[in-house]
Formats: sequence, C-alpha cells, structure tokens
Amino acid sequence: MFNLFLLQLLNGAQFGILLFLVAAGLTLVFGIMDFINLAHGVLYMIGGYVMAALSAATGNFWLSLALVLPVTLAVGLVLELLVFRRLYDRSHLDQVLATFGLVLVLSELVKILWGAAPLSVAMPEALAGSIPLAGLMRYPVYRIAVIGAGLGVALALWFVIARTRVGMLLRAGAANRAMVSALGVDINRLFMLVFAAGAMLAGFAGAIVSPILSVDPGMGDSILILTFVVIVIGGVGSVKGAFLAALLVGIVDTMGRMFGPILLKSLMEPAAAAQAGRTIAPMLVYILMAAVLFWRPSGLFGRSVAR
Amino acid sequence: MTAMPPRLRAALAIFALLALVPPLAHWIGQPFLIVIATRMVVFAIAALSLDLILGYGAMVSFGHAAYLGIGAYAVAVLSRAGVTDLTLHLLAAIGAAGIFALVTGAISLRTRGVYFIMITLAFGQMAYFFFVSFSALGGDDGTALAARSTVLGQDWLRSEPGLFYATLGLLVLIFAGLYRLTLSRFGRVLSGTRESALRMQAVGFRPFPYQLTAYVISGCLCAVAGVMLANQSAYVSPSYMSWHRSGELIVMLVLGGIGSLTGAIAGALATVALEEGLAKYSEHWRLGFGLILVLVALAAPGGIAGLIRRLKGAPA
Amino acid sequence: MSAPLLQVRNLSKSYAALKVTDDVSLDVHPGEIHAIIGPNGAGKTTLIAQLSGQLRPDSGHVHYMGQDITRLPMAARVRMGLARSFQLTTLLPGFTALENVAIAVQAREGSSFRFFRAAASERALNDQAMDALRDVGLNSRATQLAGSLSHGEKRQLELAVALATRPRLLLLDEPLAGTGHEEATLLIALFARLRSRVTMMLIEHDMDAVFRLADRVSVLVYGRIIASGTPAEMRADAAVRAAYLGEEEG
Repeated sequence: MFNLFLLQLLNGAQFGILLFLVAAGLTLVFGIMDFINLAHGVLYMIGGYVMAALSAATGNFWLSLALVLPVTLAVGLVLELLVFRRLYDRSHLDQVLATFGLVLVLSELVKILWGAAPLSVAMPEALAGSIPLAGLMRYPVYRIAVIGAGLGVALALWFVIARTRVGMLLRAGAANRAMVSALGVDINRLFMLVFAAGAMLAGFAGAIVSPILSVDPGMGDSILILTFVVIVIGGVGSVKGAFLAALLVGIVDTMGRMFGPILLKSLMEPAAAAQAGRTIAPMLVYILMAAVLFWRPSGLFGRSVAR
Repeated sequence: MTAMPPRLRAALAIFALLALVPPLAHWIGQPFLIVIATRMVVFAIAALSLDLILGYGAMVSFGHAAYLGIGAYAVAVLSRAGVTDLTLHLLAAIGAAGIFALVTGAISLRTRGVYFIMITLAFGQMAYFFFVSFSALGGDDGTALAARSTVLGQDWLRSEPGLFYATLGLLVLIFAGLYRLTLSRFGRVLSGTRESALRMQAVGFRPFPYQLTAYVISGCLCAVAGVMLANQSAYVSPSYMSWHRSGELIVMLVLGGIGSLTGAIAGALATVALEEGLAKYSEHWRLGFGLILVLVALAAPGGIAGLIRRLKGAPA
Repeated sequence: MSAPLLQVRNLSKSYAALKVTDDVSLDVHPGEIHAIIGPNGAGKTTLIAQLSGQLRPDSGHVHYMGQDITRLPMAARVRMGLARSFQLTTLLPGFTALENVAIAVQAREGSSFRFFRAAASERALNDQAMDALRDVGLNSRATQLAGSLSHGEKRQLELAVALATRPRLLLLDEPLAGTGHEEATLLIALFARLRSRVTMMLIEHDMDAVFRLADRVSVLVYGRIIASGTPAEMRADAAVRAAYLGEEEG
C-alpha cells in the first residue's frame, strides 16, 4: 500500500510538473497584460505534434527535442505578431473570441496535417528502463527524467525572475503594469518575450510528454482547463504560485483517481463506492479550486484583484 | 405610448420569419430545414440567457454550456424513470440548473475579470466530467432517448413542426420576459453595475445579490434550451457541455452584439447557419469558422450590430 | 454643543512606508459645514475614501450617529445616510442624467428585486429624481446620456445623485473643481441652502468658497491634521499660513 502511494505520488508530481511548464508562461501573460489567452493549450499540442513528426523523420529523440524548442518559439512569435499584439487593449470578450477562434483554426490544421488518430513517440533508449523504487516496485526512468527536467526549468525560471533585470521587470509588471511603462520599458517587447518563452515552455511540455501519453488533437484542451485551475489557485501573475498549485493539482488529481474509491469503500458498499469514486475523482481539483477561492478570492499568491 | 424601439421591432420580425419556416420548408420540399431551424431557436434561447449576465451584467461566463447539459440530462433522467411530461422536464431542469448556478455563482462572483472567466470555465468542465464518468447515463457516449417529451399526455412534439413551434413559443416567451426584466428596477441595477460597480455602491447597492440572482436566472433559462436540445436530437451526451460549446455561445453573442437581446437571437441564428453551411462544404469547417472569429475580433468589434451601426454611419 | 454626527479617532493608513493618513481625529457636528483644506497630496481624497467605506483604514475608528462604522461596507453607510460625491466622476455613462439620479432614489425606496414593471414608468422614481436635478439646475438636461454631458454638468449631476440618496451627512470631494463661474455660483448657493437639511464635509481648493461656507476648517498636511478651528482662526494661524496658505500666496 505504501509503495502504491509512493508510486502515485511520483506520478502526481510528474503530472504537476507538466502543468507547471504550461502554466508558467500563461500566468505571466494573464498577470502582466490582463490578457486572456485560450490558445495556450494549443501550443502544448503543437509541441507534441512537432515532436512526433520530427522523431518520425529523424529517428532521433534528442535532436527532435532540440528542434521543438525553436519551432514552438517561432510559432509563438508569429501568433503574437499577427494576432495577440492587436488585442492587448481590447475587452476580455474580444480576446476570448479571437483566441477561441485560434484554437479552432490550429486544432483543425493539426487534424488536416496529421489526421485525428493519436500518434506515438518512441522513448529514447537511454531513458527506457526503470529503477527499483522500494520492494518489488519499479519506476520508469523516463518519468523521473521528466520530473528532473521540469524542476530544472523551474529553477532556471526562478533565477531569471529573482535575479535578472528582466525578472525584476516581470515582477513589477505583474504587480503594477502602469509602473513598468512609467519606468520607460517597452512593455510590448517585454510581453513578446514572455509570450514567446511561454509558448516554448508549453511546446517543451508537449514534446517531453509525448513518449508517455499519445499525441492527439484533444490534448491541448484538457491541459488548458487544468492550467487555468492551476493559475487560479496559485494566483494570476505568480510563477511561484503556479509551481506550488501545479504540484498540488497534479498530486490531488492523480491520487484522487487512485485512492478516492479505496477510501470510499471504507464508508459504503464496494459497488457504490466504485461508482461514486469514479464520479467524484475527476471533480476533485475543481472542488479544491472552489475551496481555495472561497478563502482567498485571488488565489494563494495573487495580488488582490478580487473585491 | 412611444414608438416601438428598433431592437423590439427587429426581434418581432425575426420571430415572424421563423414562424414561416415549416410551411415554406414543406413547400420547397426541404423538410430538414425545420430541424436546422429548431436548432437555431434552441441556441437562440441559450444565447439570450447568456446575454442577461454577459451583456447586461458584464459577467463573462465561459461555462454556460453546463446548463444546456443539465437541461438535457434532466430529460434523460426523468424519461428513464418513466416521467415524460414536458412541464415536469422543464421544472426539473430549471430546479437543477438553479441549484448549480446558485452554488457555483456564489463562488465565482467573489472574483472578477480573467479570474471569473477561468473559474466559470472550470466549473463548466467539472459538470462535464461529472457526466462523463456517470456510467449509469452512458458516460462518455451519452444515452439515447426513447421518445420526445409529451405535452398533456399527447405526443405533439413528435412531429418536427410540433417541436419547432413549441421551441419557438418558449423563445418568444423568454424574450418577452427578459425584455421586461432588463427595463425593470432589477434590470437597471444589473446594467448600472456593469457601467460602474463603484457608483452603485455609492448610492447604496451591494452588487452581489443582484449579480447572483441574474446568474441563477440565466442558468435556469439556458437549461430550458437544454431540454429542447435533448428533444430535438433524441439523444443526450456530455459533449453538450464541453467548453467548445460554451465558447460557441459566447461567439453567438459577440457576433450578434451583446446587451440588446435581439443581437443574441440574431447571432445564434447566424452562427448555426454558418456552421451548417460550412459543414456542408468541408469536414474541416472549423478552420474557416475559427478564421472568421479571429477576423471579426480583430476587424469588426461589436459583431453584426456593430457592423449595422457603422453602415448607418453612427459611431460604433 | 450637540453630540457629533461623525467622530473620527486616530485614523491611520499607509501604503508601504508612505503614511497617507496619520493619526487623524476630528468631529463633524450636525448642521455644520466642515471643510478640509490642504495642499495637493495631503491625503484628502484618501481620507474621504476611508470615511465613505471605499478604503479600509489600518487602524483607528469611525463613529457615525454613535455607531462604530469602521468596518461597514460603503453601501451600508450610504443607506445610513452617509453619502459622498466623487472627485473623478463615476457616473453611469450609458444612463441618462435622470436615470443616474433615479437609480439612487430606487436604492433608498422599495425593493429592487422587481423584475417586471418598467422602472422608467415609475412616477415616484422619476419625480424625486427630477427634483434633485432641479436642485442642482440640471433639469433641462434630464434626458441626455451622462457620458455626453459637459465637465461642469457632470459635477452638478454627481451632486444630484448624492442628494437623491437623502444623506444626513454628505462628503463632498472637490465639488467645484472644473466648474465654470456660473455653475460654481449656483452650487455655492445650493450648499448654503442645503446647510439647514444636510451636514457637509467639504474638500475644496476654492478658498473663497471655503471661507464663505465653512463653519469649521481643518488643515491636512502630509496625512496629518495640523490645525482645526473657525475660518477666522485658521486665517490667523501661523502654522497654517506657513504650511498651506503661504504656499498659495507664494
């Protein structure tokens, strides 16, 4: 039982790390520009598809992964230049309309290019094995590598945000946008940078998850909503909040699906517990979000924008 | 009595044209047009309900499709239990939607702006997953209905024109009710809060109870659309409440123009027509549809209503 | 002297290291016009925001009609008769002038959970709103959208809305700023007429108006009240001259 617990905890952490990679850029976009972007999940999906296409073409996992980064960065830049840039000073409603339109366009383009069937990506040989966890339980090396890569990115982000001039501007911008403009900084260039970096991180997440999960046109949608939950819990504009909330959401979601029915069995008869557990588990993260909002309407680390 | 406002006149003209669809469809030998028209009217009800909170209350809800789903599942659950009466279906749908709206609205309304958008989206998704994992009702695949609802024990809704006119009647009724509501004391408080929440507090209003009431009314009315949607397709599935559907409802509003009620109806008709038209042309119709949305957002703020205003030469 | 209508005790608020309200205590007595003067950035508007419930003070107390209202939200204070006007106008731009006032009447009179009858056809709302517009001399503009009024007219409307809440104590944040000579004269005459009905706390830069209207004057500098007394006393006070009046002359 303890082993199973540990296993699920690791799976939850790994899922949380992925959520963080997608949420990190998006929370800054929300926080600094007060811009609602529904198309961020699509970048995660594009990362997965580009990875699948490149690794099929080159047969080399590492080369493909290295190429995904500039490609998704470029996609992000093009989108910013063509669409997002024109929407910053518009109403949330216009932003919703345009980015929702982009979701439809890009998802459909992916379907046209690669079809609707799921694609798979081969695991790199160096990371294909598994290591003993405790007792007879083993854990895949690749998943550990995903956790490691995510923690590495988190650490790098922390360094950029806490120690560099750009990071100082980002923190100031998330707290008070007018102040950054007043400092004489070109806020549009700063945002372009944040947006492109965020797109690259989302693409990176989509690429590294592709050997574990299949790549399909719906993958962006499901991660987008959970990313929103992460951002809301962590507080809009806070990368630290996004990190903690992502781990929390990843672990609660994974553990809830596994242990919810088991826990319920001690309370009710098995058949009912199984059904109730299956029904409630996917809702757990939303209940968690509602609970956090009830006590802290602007999230754990959000500045007080709520009344 | 002053002259009838243009938006009221436009709405009445739309209703009159819609009422002519069944005989015309029969006359030109295209009875399936009645089915499309029924879908149009169903979504017009849903878009109207959203306009109350989004257009008049400035609450951008991205989880409104949940109420379509709740309404549809109310039909499925009651039909299985042997209850087929439309009135009971509507009452159950309104009750369930009201409770869901009351709870999620009370939490969502503690926040504003992008938070509100994301939270309503997340609650909509929560409802979606609830029905996806509810295997007794078919789970992901949904469940087919044995028959359409009955009215006074009669199966009047079985014919397409019967269902169409019943739905149209509901649309007219809901439009009339909302039209009165937006002009009432309550409506004034709601749109006053949209213009300036600070001002409303400064004259002695606490916006929250009014916003929550509007949110609940809106959810209940959208559930009515869900009941009729289930009847139209004789089938209920979680896909009714996917976030894409919520997005589509917002699209309808923005295309038609928000905060006029008539715009919501026009937007719903235009959107369904556009989808049906594009879908006939290509299976990848979402590509074209998405492009249109991006272009409208970038180039034509205010949607159809904004376009008409600009064509008339008035400032948008 | 009667019990004070408004009692402020040791009110303080800071933003980071900046003390915007620093241990402010003052009384406003029924029937008087109490003016707060002070240089720009003295924290006058922040003080009004705390008295009206828009901002929450860090420490200190506000008593109104003998009741502690320090933590009461703005809407509840307004219903107790503590209204304010805004310096930066917050009118409802898409509502007509009449509707802007009518919504204030509506807040006070009867429930607003009425969903069917058109508010525009309620005589009681319209008549009272029209009276308030007439009070401020704006009745001829009743059907104009608030967003299309001139700057001075917006100030008049702002006042009409505040009056329509039937305040016992009216907090006026620079009501004359941006009005023309004619409008200002009209408003000053209005304040003089109102003083029998409404107690007022007035923030104003127009010294002529302050010394003509006020029964008491408090001088606020860097969030602190440095002096308080009759207009004549304040004119004579050396510290006040140095801190504030001197600045005007120099």
